[in-house]
Amino acid sequence: MLQVEHLSYDICEEGRQSEILSDVSFSVEDGEMLVITGPNGGGKSTLAKLLMGINKSTAGKIILNGTDITEMSVDERAKAGIGFAFQQPPRFKGMTVRRLLALAAGRTVDEEECCALLSSVGLCAREYIDREVDATLSGGEMKRIEIATVLAKQHDVCIFDEPEAGIDLWSFSMLIKRFKKIHEAKKESLILISHQERIIRMADRIMVLSGGKIKTAGKAQEIMPQLFGREVEHCACGQQKGGELCES
Amino acid sequence: MNLDETTKQVLDVIDTKGFKQEGAYSLRLNGMSVCHGNSPYIRIEKKEDRPGIDIYVSGEARGEEVHIPVVMSKSGETDIVYNDFYVEDGADVTIIAGCGIHNGGCNDTRHDGIHSFHIGKNANVKYVENHYGEGEGTGSRILNPVTKIFVGEGSAFTMDTAQIKGVDSSERETYVELAEGAKLNVMEKLMTHGAQVVVSNMDVKLNGDNSSARIISRSVAKGTSKQIFHPKAIGCKPCHAHVQCDSIIMDDAQISSIPEINAQNVDAQIVHEAAIGRINNEQLTKLQTFGMSEEEAEAIIIENFLN
Repeated sequence: MLQVEHLSYDICEEGRQSEILSDVSFSVEDGEMLVITGPNGGGKSTLAKLLMGINKSTAGKIILNGTDITEMSVDERAKAGIGFAFQQPPRFKGMTVRRLLALAAGRTVDEEECCALLSSVGLCAREYIDREVDATLSGGEMKRIEIATVLAKQHDVCIFDEPEAGIDLWSFSMLIKRFKKIHEAKKESLILISHQERIIRMADRIMVLSGGKIKTAGKAQEIMPQLFGREVEHCACGQQKGGELCES
Repeated sequence: MNLDETTKQVLDVIDTKGFKQEGAYSLRLNGMSVCHGNSPYIRIEKKEDRPGIDIYVSGEARGEEVHIPVVMSKSGETDIVYNDFYVEDGADVTIIAGCGIHNGGCNDTRHDGIHSFHIGKNANVKYVENHYGEGEGTGSRILNPVTKIFVGEGSAFTMDTAQIKGVDSSERETYVELAEGAKLNVMEKLMTHGAQVVVSNMDVKLNGDNSSARIISRSVAKGTSKQIFHPKAIGCKPCHAHVQCDSIIMDDAQISSIPEINAQNVDAQIVHEAAIGRINNEQLTKLQTFGMSEEEAEAIIIENFLN
């Protein structure tokens, strides 16, 4: 179980203190799927990074399975059971996809397992395993490999920051299936940062983050009507959003 | 011949395919050619006029290997060796060379290996060269390789060269000429630390129609070390060449990367790329999300970059 208590994050910009995240509290039960959504710049990715320890909170606590991990480094949190998929994954010149997956898994990964992992994110596996994780891969390919690195190992809590970004529709459908499968197994808790309706609809609970604060949070069936009460393709401003949430 | 432990250890590092006193081989130890052997298609002869050997590879050689490592384990020694390779038309051979210096004393130890390759037509040659230094002594470990390569029509020459660590000073000179349809593939990997200095100059002349060259240099500079790269591709006929220099800079190191391309024919297509940068934080953080410490992540990034 992951508990977040009164988490805040401030930054100092040009001599002024700026609050990016303010007094955020929530919890994620074992095996639960929480989708965090909300307008761009609302603090979703910042929250994800705070959970992973990439950024350090200025106040509040993060407790994983009863242990306070607030002061833990990124690697300590990874060892404690948190997995993280970046919104924009870095490239590694000279490192093959297979090697990256092995490092992610923390053990040797044979070709068959490598192929299965890559296939589950919509990549034709054998074409990729010996390719370098460098600029020769497209943004969408990088993104799918990034997701595969998190799937390579079982975690207590997996955080995916906008897993849909840059992924084609066919791969996105495969990804949805994979998330459903993980969710059904109830072995890992999932935190997904997303604007995509298909992802939001899978959630057990939904949290809307806006202006660095929780605007609303609760069980999916309670929040869903607030988000999609009107026609899904249109939001309050009347503009078609193609399944994405409008910022207005 | 029985080898001492130091020599064996150094050989293990520089000859990654495993040095054995079998088949075609020659071991040079502290300035002396101490043992050598031939194989049915590779013959090694000691030079009469100067230090070094001549290696003759028959056109019938298929997938053969020849190992010619050099080990310097005496402090204060200076060795110059001239090795010439004559590869017949159609041969397919891998040459494993390299030099390792163990300097346990206070005097400089230096090895200058001057190699020339004369490759016939339609041959396939892979040249693997590892340079390495070790030892607790304060004397410098100096390696100055000079490599001249003449690649015949339709032949392919692959050069995989690495300076792994421990070499205090190195001036590397490489000169290549490519005939019609000849292909060159160079991968140069260097890592420097402490106050080490490396200068690497490489001139590649694409003299033949449809010749091609791909030169990739990857380096990591740590401490206060200095690296200077000057690869130069000269297109004299319709040809293709790609020069790429990538470096990771750390600590207080300095790197100069000066790729030069020179076209002397309207159909010479030559491209160069050069990049120097630090290990970026996103790379470190990504690996840390796998449970690695920052130091472990850094080592993995470097290892793979130079792989």
